[in-house]
Amino acid sequence: MILAVPSGFPGWSLAPGSEAGQDAPRAGGRNGGGARMVLEEELAGLMVSAQCGDAAAYRALLKACLPVVSGIARAQGVRGEAVDDVVQDTLMTVHRARASYDPARPFMPWLRAITQRRAIDRLRRAGRRPREVNDPLAYEAEVDPGPPPGQGLEARDRAVALARAVASLPEGQRQAVEQLGLRELSLDEAAALTGRTKGALKVNLHRALKALRTSLTREVE
Amino acid sequence: MAERAGCEAARHDRLVEALAGGLEPVRPLPAPGIRAALWLGAALLAGLLLVAEAGMTGFMLRMHVPDLALAAVGAVLTAITAAYAAFATSVPGRSGRWALLPLPPLALWIGASGLGCLRDWIAPGTDLPGAYAVTGCFSFLICVSVPLSALIVVMLRRACPLRPNLTAALGGLAVSAAAAALLMPVHPHDATATDLLMHVAAVAIVIAVNGLAGGRLLAPSARAERSGSEPA
Repeated sequence: MILAVPSGFPGWSLAPGSEAGQDAPRAGGRNGGGARMVLEEELAGLMVSAQCGDAAAYRALLKACLPVVSGIARAQGVRGEAVDDVVQDTLMTVHRARASYDPARPFMPWLRAITQRRAIDRLRRAGRRPREVNDPLAYEAEVDPGPPPGQGLEARDRAVALARAVASLPEGQRQAVEQLGLRELSLDEAAALTGRTKGALKVNLHRALKALRTSLTREVE
Repeated sequence: MAERAGCEAARHDRLVEALAGGLEPVRPLPAPGIRAALWLGAALLAGLLLVAEAGMTGFMLRMHVPDLALAAVGAVLTAITAAYAAFATSVPGRSGRWALLPLPPLALWIGASGLGCLRDWIAPGTDLPGAYAVTGCFSFLICVSVPLSALIVVMLRRACPLRPNLTAALGGLAVSAAAAALLMPVHPHDATATDLLMHVAAVAIVIAVNGLAGGRLLAPSARAERSGSEPA
């Protein structure tokens, strides 16, 4: 990704993935090289004057650095108001560290290293601090993934009623319901287990279901 | 939105005015190599004083033993490269890969010191240091390390170490290697396992203390920066 610095320096571009170090600014566009060199030389010249105590040159330098610094900060992933905080931190570090700039070396890698470090510091601080989210609608619309209240009670009541109704059936019908309806055995298996014929089981099941329908419907009413 | 941008621009302008208003001329720092040479010069001065005190006879005798000579060369090279790396990493815009520079001489130093232990196993008749001598070496290393550490911290703080922990650890390595090299002229006995262990312990203490305290010493808090630069 190549990030263009918004104003003031149309030909200037930054390669955020580059090592914060000895490399000079890299070529970004067709006409970028010349303007970059001009900016680099201009900033380096201003910095040398500032080291000698020239306040006007220092003021011009810092103002020229503002868009460059915010561009580098954005390229590091800093967003919103935090970009301006990084700009402030960077300017103060530049002020404190201005003796460490070597006039024999290019200015931009020096500035970029300071800005990237301040941006990283800022991102780390932001990561450590918990953020407060205020969104009442999202809170109200949140679905509770757990079971609804009373679900277990209702199911238990139904099971108790069914068991009581089955228990009150005559022996043959009860066996037919238990083996065919509840345990879901086949007719052959149920016949072998109970010793009744398949025809008798079918008749018993039919009668049992009818009786249950009657008794359970009455219970509900 | 536009109002906020205008407010931020005014805030930046205020800071720029405050910084430019209080500007004082500064002299650009010498190159890292020169600053490293200055610090190493101070360590060398201490070494010359020690040699004048203890004499060269024992030292020359020990330098004829290959592994002791190799360990001495390794310690000296480690001190030089680590000092250069510490001063290089204290300047913004210099690559952090300078931190790798002292690793080969460090391997030589530690490896050659380890050979001394093997020699003790192979030739059991070697003169073993008593507990008193070992304690003496340990306190010597610590006593030499403290002023050298203080000096390198003061010198490193004049730059702007953006990775204070790395710079402090490199400074600690330079100090401990220099202290071990300075110990060589006054070392009363051959290297042994106990000896090496004490060296490693002393080196670890010096590096850890520099890393813990130096990291903080080298990274002035944002509050201090703010109070120093923000308009009243």
